[in-house]
Amino acid sequence: MTSLTSVAPVLQLRGISKAFTGVQALNGVSLNLYPGEVHTLMGQNGAGKSTLIKVLTGVHMPDKGQILLEGRAIRPASTLAAQNLGISTVYQEVNLCPNLSVAENIFIGRYPHKAGRIDWRCMSQQASTLLARLQVDIDVERPLASYPLAVQQMVAISRALLGSAKVLILDEPTSSLDDKEVELLFSVLRDLRQQGMAILFVTHFLDQTYAISDRITVMRNGEREGEYACSELSRVDLVNKMVGVPAAAAAAAQPTADVANDTVVAAGAKADGRLPIFLRTLGLGRHGSLAPVDLEVRKGELLGLAGLLGSGRTELARLLFGADKADGGKIAIHGVERQFAGPRDAIAVGIGFCSEDRKHEGAVLDLSVRENMMLALQTRMGILRAIPLKRQQQLAQHYVQALGIKTASIETPVGALSGGNQQKVLLARWLVTEPEMLILDEPTRGIDVRAKQEIMDYVANLCRKGMSILFISSELSEVLRVSDRIVVMRDRKTAGEYPRNALDESSVLQVIAAGASHA
Amino acid sequence: MSSLALRARASMASPYFTSLATVALLALLLGAGGAAYPGFLSLQVLLNLLIDNAFLLVIAVGMSFVIISGGIDLSVGSVLALTTMMAAWMVQVWHWPPLLAIAIVLSVGAGFGALMGAMIHYFKLQPFIVTLAGMFLARGLCYLISINSITIDQPLFVSMSQTQLPVLDGYLSPSALIALLTLAGAIYVAHCTPFGRAIYAVGGNQQSAQMMGLRVARTKVLIYAFSGFCAALSGVLFSFYMLSGYGLHAQGTELDAIAAVVIGGTLLSGGYGYVAGALSGVLVLGTIQTLIAFDGTLSSWWTKIVIGVLLFVFCVVQRALALGARR
Amino acid sequence: MPSLTLQRPAAAPKTGSLTMFLHHPLFRPVAALVLLLVLDLLLVPGFFHLEIKDGHLYGSLIDILNRAAPLILAALGMTLVIATRGIDISVGAVVAISATVASMLIGGTMVLQDGVPTYVANTPMVWALCAAMGAALLCGAWNGVLVAGLGLQPIVATLILMVAGRGLAQLFTDGQIVTVYYQPYFFLGSGYLFGLPFSLYLVGGVFALTALLMRKTALGLFIQTVGINPVAARLAGLRTALLIFFVYVFCSACAGLSGLIISANIKSADANNAGLLLELDAILAVTLGGTSLAGGKFSLVGSVVGALIIQTLTYTIYSLGLPPEINMVVKSVVVFLVCLSQSAEFKNMWRALRTRANANKGEAA
Repeated sequence: MTSLTSVAPVLQLRGISKAFTGVQALNGVSLNLYPGEVHTLMGQNGAGKSTLIKVLTGVHMPDKGQILLEGRAIRPASTLAAQNLGISTVYQEVNLCPNLSVAENIFIGRYPHKAGRIDWRCMSQQASTLLARLQVDIDVERPLASYPLAVQQMVAISRALLGSAKVLILDEPTSSLDDKEVELLFSVLRDLRQQGMAILFVTHFLDQTYAISDRITVMRNGEREGEYACSELSRVDLVNKMVGVPAAAAAAAQPTADVANDTVVAAGAKADGRLPIFLRTLGLGRHGSLAPVDLEVRKGELLGLAGLLGSGRTELARLLFGADKADGGKIAIHGVERQFAGPRDAIAVGIGFCSEDRKHEGAVLDLSVRENMMLALQTRMGILRAIPLKRQQQLAQHYVQALGIKTASIETPVGALSGGNQQKVLLARWLVTEPEMLILDEPTRGIDVRAKQEIMDYVANLCRKGMSILFISSELSEVLRVSDRIVVMRDRKTAGEYPRNALDESSVLQVIAAGASHA
Repeated sequence: MSSLALRARASMASPYFTSLATVALLALLLGAGGAAYPGFLSLQVLLNLLIDNAFLLVIAVGMSFVIISGGIDLSVGSVLALTTMMAAWMVQVWHWPPLLAIAIVLSVGAGFGALMGAMIHYFKLQPFIVTLAGMFLARGLCYLISINSITIDQPLFVSMSQTQLPVLDGYLSPSALIALLTLAGAIYVAHCTPFGRAIYAVGGNQQSAQMMGLRVARTKVLIYAFSGFCAALSGVLFSFYMLSGYGLHAQGTELDAIAAVVIGGTLLSGGYGYVAGALSGVLVLGTIQTLIAFDGTLSSWWTKIVIGVLLFVFCVVQRALALGARR
Repeated sequence: MPSLTLQRPAAAPKTGSLTMFLHHPLFRPVAALVLLLVLDLLLVPGFFHLEIKDGHLYGSLIDILNRAAPLILAALGMTLVIATRGIDISVGAVVAISATVASMLIGGTMVLQDGVPTYVANTPMVWALCAAMGAALLCGAWNGVLVAGLGLQPIVATLILMVAGRGLAQLFTDGQIVTVYYQPYFFLGSGYLFGLPFSLYLVGGVFALTALLMRKTALGLFIQTVGINPVAARLAGLRTALLIFFVYVFCSACAGLSGLIISANIKSADANNAGLLLELDAILAVTLGGTSLAGGKFSLVGSVVGALIIQTLTYTIYSLGLPPEINMVVKSVVVFLVCLSQSAEFKNMWRALRTRANANKGEAA
């Protein structure tokens, strides 16, 4: 690793700001990237990592700030421009053409020619040589799609390196890789680092960060929280910086301490285990996304799922709802074993699911607030028994008021509402079905503080009335505040289960941050 | 599983498997014909396959490019008819030199295609609906020129219609030769030039192609221009064959071309397939028709049914392979 | 990172009833139809002339409505398919099949009844009609299985029937045109009930039934949801496969009924030409009526208006003595314009040009 004091940074970001209508995505972010280092960019969803990468690679133009490449200011206007300048990016989805051969994917746009025709043999040879440098030995003439994602990423990296790249950006490359493949990728990165390449590595996996990084930049809420040498930052500190409560917010959260005390009392009563179990899983898992999980959710309990992004929380939620099919294990509702062939079955036994991706998986944007709210209830009632319009209007109005949804009318298309109000509409969709258990996956992400408060208070109230809630959130303070019990997840399996008063924030952080056996 | 079985499984999962299946099918059909009917496997019968379907081959070549890039072109049959009408009008009514007329109609075809390609790319319209409207437009323009057919008796056209190029014991028409040359040219472009590879890239993943720096806009517009050019060229060949310009020419030819391309092994979803598949697909269609003609007892609409069945088999097989590959 | 580029930005409802009227999705198609009718009023003498003749209403308007009946039916069926992001190009082939089945089963043999030569049907008309509709339903089920069950692209799946269907129809008829002699059959196409063409009652009935189904059951909501966001639809518990299967069956059923009306009208079944290009007209009618090809919200009334526009256009061109081929040119131009108006990129370009023009005007001023 090069000594940072003696070498000039190859890439500098100074005060980058970028706003989209009404939301400040990046606020004065600065970053220094040196040759011969692996610099990891960390942060939860919504922290601004992907926006920063998009600014670097020319997808977005910054409102303020400068990008300096080897001391010269640059303003890449497209991904191609960024590539030509020497900033090469490898994305999570690889962004190559699956139908073309490996060799072709590496060389497309810069084919070797012979007598006016593409020289296929030369191309194959060169491709093999390039891949050999990354310790990959494959038949370069087979279509890219016939290889697993890990190999495809190596091909993407080869392509990136072909154009005399100065900076290599890897945007969440390991989300779909298993441990062996990750190790292979890392050994390649270490070689490149030794050859002087400046590598910007974006991830949310703790263990990987500590395995490969020289320095870490933590982002939070669009700002750079700090830049640290990897060896100087403990895991707990890192997690704290990513999801912990900043001092100011902790003070502001005081007024809710009374509510927290109430729930402590209530939780005490619930924690004696006399409440019936609503849902129980035994070894529920899915190959590649979740290790077998044993879980219990009691009636009227608010179970919080804590953990970092990628720890398997959403995967678990989807399995519980039948949105994904489990490979193994059982689910029992009220003691009766059930098979969920799809969400329909879960809805039939009284489970509701508010997805974290409300834009793509939740909101039906062109339909009205009323229609969006009635959707799940209507599917449960079947096609023939349409809910009478009057009743629909009644229910819709009720929830607009109860949840404080800001909309011109219940006939307004949901697409016209703000993110927070859309979220409330989706919440109402499930509340209307009066479920026995409601799974909420990041229900407060990207929502303003007041709306957050309103939603969480409403949810806590529901629990007191007997509804079970599985609450997933990246905001630890939130999870701690409202949950009766917390299950911590890490690396796609459960890492611990704790009743409410057994935990405070720092202990949860410890559990989350505790290194896995394979580092 | 033994390595042989593994290799067999792998090659079956390859999207190019259906191209091989077509060639096998063609051999099967020809073999069956040869066994059932005397004189079926004679040289001239086989050459007639090329002569009678030369125009379809040219259209199928253009259609291959479009389909490989992930699009579709429903206007080709109508552009063919329009071409025959325009050429007939220019040559018979205005007495323009035939080569000039041919040059003009080829440019018009290419321009028409380029316009549709531009609309599809820049305004992000669906190729299906844009080329559908183009189909209406071309056919309508054709009728506007003349509702009746115009017979062509211009010497160049007539000579092209009647010339027989000797091949071994039989003969080939100049149209068939032109069609084969077009096919050869297209195969060269598809496999040896960056433009051809860009077509495959766009069909595989247009967004990735854009991010990899390929000039997607230019590629797409050129693809549709080429398809229009092929439709026009096919029209020229058709006018040699029929010696007339007529609005009712080539009704449904676009469907035949699509069927030929799909049966030839190109996936309708784009990105996979060989341009040479156009030839095997057209030959399969032609052989089926010849078989039915030789039989004499089967009505000609059995062709449509058989083509429909073949389409079904190929599409379902392609789909099953795609699903199986995902597991 | 909250992304704020919504997929389909929906305009908030503006105040003022005039603006609401102008922005109503049906405004443009109805305005286009009115425009056409006004043109007819001015250019075609006696266009709006209605009279009672032979006990029924008679006039150009009635003629248009009568001829539009098969297209309206096909457009109604096509609307639901398009709403689920699909397409059905086999409609014409289904028309040919149903027309053929009915015509062949009914036919008509001359028989002497009380000394008067009359035609009797080869098969009781009721059974023949059932058989024809049954064939149409089978076609729809075929398409539905391919799209919903096998997951084939709709255009690929329906292409198969489009190619093979006509061949099947020709197979039934041996390539001949089947003439029907049985009098009661003609009633479907050219009969009159209470002064109005019977086909209108059929169309009205199907329209009412469909509208009722969409409103009074949850079908309308479900179909729209599947078209707008199929992922969300599944997560909300919808049986998307079943819904998609249903819309293809429905579309073919409408096509089957169209086939019966068409063959009753021309008293024969021509497997080659019956319903030729009907699917294209149906798609055009649906698009004109405001339903987007990308699926989602749909308008049955819009599709009816769209079909009427096409039929009125045909009639106007004919009445004006213009060559009927202009029809095709006009249709294609209309399709282009409608597609452009539905394209976000085009609207952006248009807006950019307008602001630049205004800026230039402002500078010049």
